[in-house]
Amino acid sequence: MERNLAFGDIWVYLAASPLLHLTLTLLAYIFADWIFRRSGRMALLNPVLLSIILLVTILGATGTDYPTYFAGAQFVHFMLGPATVALAVPLYRNLHLIRKLWLPILVSIGTGVFVSASSALLVAYWLGGSQQTLISLAPKSVTAPVAMGISEKVGGLPSLSAALVVLTGVLGAVIGSAVLASVRGRDDRARGLALGASCHGIGTARAFQLSDTAGAFSALAMGLTALISAFVLPFVLHWVF
Amino acid sequence: MILKFIALLLLCQLAGEVFVVWSGLPVPGPVLGMALLFVGLAFRGRVPVGLGRVVDGLLSHLSLLFVPAGVGVMQHIAMLHDEWLAISVALVVSTVLTIAVTGLLMKFLMRRMEHQEGEG
Repeated sequence: MERNLAFGDIWVYLAASPLLHLTLTLLAYIFADWIFRRSGRMALLNPVLLSIILLVTILGATGTDYPTYFAGAQFVHFMLGPATVALAVPLYRNLHLIRKLWLPILVSIGTGVFVSASSALLVAYWLGGSQQTLISLAPKSVTAPVAMGISEKVGGLPSLSAALVVLTGVLGAVIGSAVLASVRGRDDRARGLALGASCHGIGTARAFQLSDTAGAFSALAMGLTALISAFVLPFVLHWVF
Repeated sequence: MILKFIALLLLCQLAGEVFVVWSGLPVPGPVLGMALLFVGLAFRGRVPVGLGRVVDGLLSHLSLLFVPAGVGVMQHIAMLHDEWLAISVALVVSTVLTIAVTGLLMKFLMRRMEHQEGEG
């Protein structure tokens, strides 16, 4: 009895300290990443998706609410801001690719941003999605930190956007090659660009498996999509809703 | 001196956030920070070695950083349950369309440009 009480005390102490959920977040991700690597990088076993499922299951089983979890996880979350700023470096490194192709790249990516947001909005609206869902869906092709920023700025749910961004990435990584093959997009520059513009970092990881050229174009497309979306989508969404 | 470059990233973000609050622009502050750093790199003409190291370290675990926010969907499970059809169909249709349109358009525009160059 006494021992149980002592254990209970320790549990209460641990659960109240941010350290527990910070550690749990890192361990869940390390475990998910290990599974992903062991599977030969199967797109469906995306480490972000796996860690989220794992953590939601653990929190649900232990009856922990999100604010309690976030008190610990916020230290990881905070790094999203500096990481977004850091995206300027890969964008700059891939700048040389633009030199001759800047017009096709900008037109394709600008069109991609439009098609991605408008088709998601139209389909979800048509099937009765709520306004909050629509706003959270709009930046689904944008890299997560920027998508969450856009969603938050226009009254969406940043956490829902983050989950939808990850799902979009996983989906694109799984079906992207098949879609591109069916439209005969065999050029590696076009393939990389399409993956980066539609599926951000997860698409870029997939593009690097195709070739270095595809990867570089994908990284560039991801950066430009984020930049264009961040400056255009909030204004368009404000106007639409 | 890695600390200097961490401070640089934070400083760019801070400048972006301050500008957003000041101007009322609906653009995420860190994105303005990214634009600022990008302009700085363009002026400098190269990526400083230390900055490259800090950034590569930070971005190599980029996907870990989405996890805490992603876990936040547990607050919206009821809503997801109600709207799963709209959300999943929208995701599939829009992802397929975006990949197909950007890929095809890029290929078409490049081919046209290379064609013109060949003639000119």
